[in-house]
Amino acid sequence: MAREAALTAASRPRVTSQTSNMLRFLLVKLAQLVPTFIGVTIVAFAFIRLLPGDPILLMAGERGISAARYAELQAQFGFDRPLVVQYWDFLKGLLQGDLGDSLVTHAPVTGEFFSRFPATLELSLFALAFAVIIGLPAGVLAATRRGKLLDHTVVGVSLTGYSMPIFWWGLLLIMFFSGTLGWTPVSGRISFMYFIDSVTGFMTIDTLLAGDWDAFLSALHHLILPGIVLGTIPLAVIARQTRSSMLEVLGEDYVRTARAKGLSNFRVIMVHTLRNALISVVTVIGLQVGLLLAGAILTETIFSWPGIGKWMIDAISRRDYPSVQGGLVLIAFIVMIVNLLVDVAYGVINPRIRH
Amino acid sequence: MAAISTPAAPGTFRHQLGGFWKDFSTNRGALTGLIFITLIMLVALLAPWVAPHDPAMQDRSALLVPPVWHDEGSWRYLLGTDAVGRDILSRLIFGARYSLSISAMVVLISMCGGIFLGLLAGYFRGWVETVITRIMDVVLAFPSLLLALGLVAILSPGLTSAMIAIALVQLPYFVRLTRAAVIGEKSREYVTASRLAGAGHMRLMFNTLLPNCMAPLIVQATLSFSTAILDIAALGFLGMGVQPPTPEWGAMLANAREFMGSAYWAVTFPGLVILLTVLMINLMGDGLRDALDPKMKRS
Repeated sequence: MAREAALTAASRPRVTSQTSNMLRFLLVKLAQLVPTFIGVTIVAFAFIRLLPGDPILLMAGERGISAARYAELQAQFGFDRPLVVQYWDFLKGLLQGDLGDSLVTHAPVTGEFFSRFPATLELSLFALAFAVIIGLPAGVLAATRRGKLLDHTVVGVSLTGYSMPIFWWGLLLIMFFSGTLGWTPVSGRISFMYFIDSVTGFMTIDTLLAGDWDAFLSALHHLILPGIVLGTIPLAVIARQTRSSMLEVLGEDYVRTARAKGLSNFRVIMVHTLRNALISVVTVIGLQVGLLLAGAILTETIFSWPGIGKWMIDAISRRDYPSVQGGLVLIAFIVMIVNLLVDVAYGVINPRIRH
Repeated sequence: MAAISTPAAPGTFRHQLGGFWKDFSTNRGALTGLIFITLIMLVALLAPWVAPHDPAMQDRSALLVPPVWHDEGSWRYLLGTDAVGRDILSRLIFGARYSLSISAMVVLISMCGGIFLGLLAGYFRGWVETVITRIMDVVLAFPSLLLALGLVAILSPGLTSAMIAIALVQLPYFVRLTRAAVIGEKSREYVTASRLAGAGHMRLMFNTLLPNCMAPLIVQATLSFSTAILDIAALGFLGMGVQPPTPEWGAMLANAREFMGSAYWAVTFPGLVILLTVLMINLMGDGLRDALDPKMKRS
């Protein structure tokens, strides 16, 4: 009894010190984000003001602009006030979720962004799932058959995937699967035959919630090609990283010990090697998010996918600068937050980092 | 004095170079990459003599002619023609000039800028380092293509804007690498020796430290080169880069898109050339990394 009590007493401070370590780690990471956050807001703020010439005339384009509308816009952007005041107002608006209105639709930019974001998120998650489900086993298999044909194939294919111009890859797949074979639709998220109320914004989930099985299949059908295209580079990166960190761990002493103990090859690979190799793979997977968002711009353009990538391209070509500015800042925030989560996840699965 | 600050005698340098070449040339992939890239650079340089046709010439009697191996194909247009009757092969050959030279400029700009900022950050540390790394963190917070697009939107679409935008996006990688390498080298004895010998800040930074930090930078330069080719093509494809009728690979793809169903060759070849070029540069980059920097060697 006494020994048990002593044990719990001894272990208690250790637990608290671990939580406080974790908390400190989180706080430090958050504090490091603050300057980047401010920097991002400055870049976004400067964006409209860096336009050469009079930004309002530039936004109006060749159509010209009435004097009344000019004055209205001038007041809306506050271009007549000192820069510091303008920045302060921008920051205040930003923190309240107000990024101004689109010049084209006159709707708030934040609303426009978040009404399209689920489409991009659904596509990105599908692409990431595709990349992980194929890339991870491919990397593991290549590492366990080092130097064999399979290994060379995985290395070659992933190097090709890594070098792929995905806009071309998308066109090729459309030509083959939609054109020649007629298997998949060319554009959009779902067939025009279906009208689904948006609940989550995820077409696959919404169709299931509506209980419409055919619509779900249609949504899935529309998701496949863009998902594969967007997932190709992450797939290559994940396969490469899994292979090389598996090889690194396979050379460790504890793996040799596990083998010497007579454990089965499967157990050595899955339990002793993969679990440790995954630490760096998880980080790489997390870092793909920025890549996915950038890739979404091209993928969404090719497949007319109504997400933020296509929205940004449209905004740029329509000179809808408030939308471009808002999109820049929101996407940067999302990438920053995801990278923070990846850092934290890395800290959780790899205790060496916390100390 | 000068002898003290130059660490490697010519003999040992030649020795190092020989070792590097031995490592590099045994890597078949890297060698293939090197040969391919050399060839494509030669073709780009000699484009007016190599290309069978003027890339802007429109043959109205030969619209969307398929490649030579089709029944309707002709030896006059080996890879076929596009929708206005321009020879695809000639456009690809001239396109190599744009892709390669713009990408080379991108690498040059971001490498010089990155080395300069990285040297400052790693050499002086303190607030200089904080400011530089924070700014680079901000650049890295944006997905690269998005930032490039935003910049192009400000600068108006075109060749120069695309070049500047992509160079800026690549900058942080060079800054980070240089800074890390400088910090690693700075405490070494030859640097102290050079400082004791009276070398000033500039001499220490550029003559003493920089040459010993070059290995990872050369590897990064190759990787940046391939990324730049992809990004330039992506911008061209989105209509934000090099403007038509310039025969740039990405812009060629964008033009061919509407004829995807009827003329696969107009879409297939520009993309294939981009893929092959990028792939070969990456192969070469992997070989360079393995030969130059054994620490970074992937197992």
